[in-house]
Amino acid sequence: MSVLLIAEHNNKEVKQFTFNAITAASQINDDLHVLVIGKNADPVAKSISEVPNVKKVIHVDNDIYENYIAENYTPVILKLSENYSHIICSANTFGKNLMPRIAALLDTSQVSDIIKVISEDTFLRPIYAGNAFATVKSTDKKKCITIRPTSFDAAPTSGGSAEIVKGENTDPSENTKFLKKEEIKSDRPELGTARIVISGGRGMQSGDNFKLITAIADKLNAAIGASRAAVDAGYITNEHQVGQTGKVVVPDLYIAVGISGAIQHLAGMKESKVIVAINKDGEAPIFSVADYGLEADLFDALPKFLEELNKLNTIQK
Amino acid sequence: MKILVAVKRVIDYNVQIRVKEDGTGVVTDNVKMSTNPPDDNAIEEAVKIKEAGKAKEIVAVTVGEEKAQETVRKALAVGADRGILVKASGTVEPLAVAKILQKIVEKEKPDLVFMGKQAIDDDCNQTGQMLAAILNWPQATFASKIEVKEKVLEVTREVDEGLETIEVSIPSIVTCDLRLNEPRYASLPNIMKAKKKPLEQIDASELGVDIKSRIEQIKVEEPPKRKAGIKVSSVEELVQKLKNEAKVI
Ligand SMILES: Cc1cc2nc3c(=O)[nH]c(=O)nc-3n(C[C@H](O)[C@H](O)[C@H](O)COP(=O)(O)OP(=O)(O)OC[C@H]3O[C@@H](n4cnc5c(N)ncnc54)[C@H](O)[C@@H]3O)c2cc1C
Ligand SMILES: Nc1ncnc2c1ncn2[C@@H]1O[C@H](COP(=O)(O)O)[C@@H](O)[C@H]1O
Repeated sequence: MSVLLIAEHNNKEVKQFTFNAITAASQINDDLHVLVIGKNADPVAKSISEVPNVKKVIHVDNDIYENYIAENYTPVILKLSENYSHIICSANTFGKNLMPRIAALLDTSQVSDIIKVISEDTFLRPIYAGNAFATVKSTDKKKCITIRPTSFDAAPTSGGSAEIVKGENTDPSENTKFLKKEEIKSDRPELGTARIVISGGRGMQSGDNFKLITAIADKLNAAIGASRAAVDAGYITNEHQVGQTGKVVVPDLYIAVGISGAIQHLAGMKESKVIVAINKDGEAPIFSVADYGLEADLFDALPKFLEELNKLNTIQK
Repeated sequence: MKILVAVKRVIDYNVQIRVKEDGTGVVTDNVKMSTNPPDDNAIEEAVKIKEAGKAKEIVAVTVGEEKAQETVRKALAVGADRGILVKASGTVEPLAVAKILQKIVEKEKPDLVFMGKQAIDDDCNQTGQMLAAILNWPQATFASKIEVKEKVLEVTREVDEGLETIEVSIPSIVTCDLRLNEPRYASLPNIMKAKKKPLEQIDASELGVDIKSRIEQIKVEEPPKRKAGIKVSSVEELVQKLKNEAKVI
């Protein structure tokens, strides 16, 4: 049977992680169909139809799907589920909110946040904030799976021409209303997919001091991350949080500044290719995962770092 | 209004996890256990709502072994009125916990169910959404702010893009984020008083739900270790290494 992937998008563009999920889904079974639920989301359906791995796009379009509400998405997916062996989406706040609702109504025990497909029923997933890896086998007939997007490469986005078919909408829920979204727009690369991430922790001491981080992020075309302590202290907003209860990032370069390296933080960044830690406490646990550790006061080190970067004439973008 | 709060007993978040050599799981013997952190936020929020005069009763429920009583007692010590322990041994998957909680909801008829957004042992992030689904109730997940209004809740949710606000009608399920509030500590007198609060025990087998595992755990292993790095002595050296050795800038 085929697998069904639920696309994440904003009615205009496909969210990047959908492409990572496409890769994972097609490792399970290459007869991959993608479901686009939205309002006037034709451009989204079209982009997905151009992904070579995708065999079919099902597009359900209605005004009620303008904002993403799990209660409204679920019946659409349940109606289609009969034809599929696996239902899949990304393990970000989109998929985490949605998938268990589907799984429960299919009487399936969901496998969350997989980092590897071993076979069509067996997967690898981190537990205990990534301090252990479990190999698990789903014995349910229908499988509901969420994928850790950063553990799979993004699928190529052009060259394919899958057919797009219209699907049917279902009645909206009366009990859940979308009120507003405070989306912080930025020109920077997205945290989840950036090649370089620079994060600040409690050691930054204030939101204002984050400008030291911003200057370097500008120079390196990096995304800005933060520890939970920095977010809790109000130095920076929640969507920047990296860790067990924040975002997982796997950039080529992760720079942790004034972050001690609690296991909950490491859970979100320790798979990064190269890790740099700048911390004045030589015993800070962050140094145990850092490829390059600099024991220094960040208020001295960051301005110098920027100065040195400015001296380089070639910075990869 | 009545609020049911689901609390799970897990290995304390400060404990360095050790994987068992035989690959069957992680070491739990003689390891400090506590309440799953966001479940403390769930209790705290319920207590605050009660203190504001908007709720009459708070019932704390857990599914687990006999010892999970401690987790319920802690909830009682910070303000829950009654406790329920549903006894079940071994791993109970989120779907099974949701089915058990459904039975408890049918019996207790709460107006709201508060839970944590994620258990820090299995990292599943499923149970609340599953319970909402099988009850056909609305769900407000990853809540960092809850306002109780007439017949509805206004909930601010932490999502990848920032913050989102939704309105859900009551009854509903809320899963709580750590930023929702600052959980209080239990005072000694309250811990003593909690010992006298009612704690009902029910055997999971009496509830008539199928709770056997659907997911086989084949093996648990240590994650690959990172190779040890080096300390650099200056910013200049750091930039040189990043440029010429790691080649990432
Ligand atoms: C259930 C749960 C989930 C959690 N989830 C997350 C999560 O997703 N992400 C997360 O990050 N945390 C999470 N936490 C919190 C985590 O346990 C830590 O409390 C948090 O990561 C600490 O943040 P920090 O390193 O910025 O602060 P601290 O631990 O206070 O460290 C600050 C560091 O800055 C250094 N420093 C201070 N001043 C300077 C200076 N001038 N120059 C250089 N260095 C300096 C200090 O030496 C210190 O090492 C979670 C906790 C729990 C219980
Ligand atoms: N065994 C359990 N007993 C009581 N509540 C639970 C149990 N398992 C999960 N929960 C609740 O569901 C939330 C999410 O858990 P999970 O889906 O396992 O990540 C937890 O924060 C608890 O509030």
